[in-house]
Amino acid sequence: MRGVSLALLVGALVCLCFAGCGGTETGGSGERKVITVKGSDTMVILGQRWAEEYMNKNPGISIQVTGGGSGTGIAALINGATDICESSRPMKEKEKQDIRARHGKEVKEIPVALDGLAIYVHHSNPIQSITRAQLKSIYRGRLSNWRELGWENAQIVTYSRENNSGTYVFFKEHILDNEDFAENVQTLPGTAAIVNAVANDRRSIGYGGIAYSSGIRAVPVVGKEGGEAVSPSLETVQSGKYPLSRNLYFYTAGEPLGHIKEFINWVLSDEGQKTCDQVGYYPLKKQ
Amino acid sequence: MRSGRLLSPEKTIEGKLLQKFRGSERLTDRLAAVLIKGCAFVAIVALVLIFVFIGKEALPIFTSPEVRTEADLGKLLLPQPERGFVWQPVSERPAYSILPLLAGTLKATIIAVVFAVPLAVAAALFTSEFATPWAREVIKPAIEILAGIPSVVVGFFCLMVLAGWLQSAFGWTYRLNATTAGIGLSLAVIPIVYTVSEDAFSSVPQRFRDGSVAMGASRWQTAWRVVLPGASPGVLAACVLGFGRAIGETMIVLMASGNAAVLSWSASDSIRTFSATIAAELGEVVMGSPHYHVLFFIGAFLFVLTFFINLTGQWWVGRLQKKLRGGS
Repeated sequence: MRGVSLALLVGALVCLCFAGCGGTETGGSGERKVITVKGSDTMVILGQRWAEEYMNKNPGISIQVTGGGSGTGIAALINGATDICESSRPMKEKEKQDIRARHGKEVKEIPVALDGLAIYVHHSNPIQSITRAQLKSIYRGRLSNWRELGWENAQIVTYSRENNSGTYVFFKEHILDNEDFAENVQTLPGTAAIVNAVANDRRSIGYGGIAYSSGIRAVPVVGKEGGEAVSPSLETVQSGKYPLSRNLYFYTAGEPLGHIKEFINWVLSDEGQKTCDQVGYYPLKKQ
Repeated sequence: MRSGRLLSPEKTIEGKLLQKFRGSERLTDRLAAVLIKGCAFVAIVALVLIFVFIGKEALPIFTSPEVRTEADLGKLLLPQPERGFVWQPVSERPAYSILPLLAGTLKATIIAVVFAVPLAVAAALFTSEFATPWAREVIKPAIEILAGIPSVVVGFFCLMVLAGWLQSAFGWTYRLNATTAGIGLSLAVIPIVYTVSEDAFSSVPQRFRDGSVAMGASRWQTAWRVVLPGASPGVLAACVLGFGRAIGETMIVLMASGNAAVLSWSASDSIRTFSATIAAELGEVVMGSPHYHVLFFIGAFLFVLTFFINLTGQWWVGRLQKKLRGGS
């Protein structure tokens, strides 16, 4: 008897597994179109908000947004595991070639929002501005004491992102001129972890998207030597005056079609762009 | 079945049912046995396949000339001109010294074991020798539940709470460092060390204790001078198993260690461990690149290390059990 029930149980489990694997979203009541969006952790909040609003308006569409980092999203696009890739850095030539080779289609690059990379310090930190050169020295390990920036005698504790993040790549290219981070730079998984660490450590400095800046202070940044210090804001990011601003992108393999195209068009419309403001990013400049 | 036959089986309901099912029962029994055996083999095959896969991906470090120009065993282990021991895989000039990672891994693991072992062994000694049955019923499951807390939750606790406490208590420059991660890890190690040493204490024969008490020793003297030495191989095995658990743990160190690959002796410096490096970098790495193969080499190294550590621990436990059984 026990043998029978065991065999039945195992059989049922096996069936369940297969059913689980084989199940599709299109089965059952009516066609429900699915769009998968994957990539940049910086853009997850933005992507999810877009998805929610769009799904409210179009009940027939289901949009799944996941993070993992720009690199992860691009890899997923190359492997055909996602419809839209969110990336906070422009795609490299090598990656575009990979997609051409895998799918026989050109990559479509669509800027969807603007972001300013904020430099975070603890809210009690009094420094008024920081130059690009100083930032580079700090993260290269050449400048290690807050005294040199006109504050108290304390070691600067530096936080950075892991190397699978678009924010990391952006920072490395734009601040470090592609040189290496100092070895004592601490790397944390996710911008939220950096914000948390900086908020709890008064001698620390970190970087990340502006959307995350709650509980900490974003220091105004001086782009060129002798220039003025600029805080990240709508005007300064849209005009490109803020030295650490960047485009946020959607990528698709080939020209987007059908319901995917409709979603992207909505994102680029005034209505979609309004969402950028609400979650702390900036809408694209109107042409 | 046999008793059923003695009571003339055809008469009783049970007997009738048995007769009806006897044929099919034998078949299903055999089927179940095959199925279970199959499951067991699947586990073993999976283990072997995993190792073969990891080994295969790590092999180009030794064989592929293309990979070896950037990362061969010498570059992984020996100091490099101008740079020394540097882990900088995403760079114009990549450097793959695994020594800072090894140092970080060992630092965190040793700190974890140093914290966990005295606590866990003392707790095990208490539950097995001094606790009232009621207290034992509470303490034992409570410590074992600790093993069930997802490590990401422990890591989050370390990042948010523990790191702040420790920093304000010791005035460290780095909030997230080897000690914070080690203490976090010890939470994962304590249940293992506790469970295994508790077993070791309870398997010390009762007559040892009786003899000791009859000689006029107090309970404390009995526990400390008779039970503890008697169970010492088991306790040692517990430490080894705890070490094996700590060395492979990922999420806690990823969140609480700061992940900076610094080679130093200081326990208050930030560290980057093997496991955290794999977790953080494998998602983005270009397949087939030297960096990719180095990560798999680290994985293979970690696999072999934990495998042998656990094997040693298990073997030790087995030997102790045999010895104690033979002695009593």
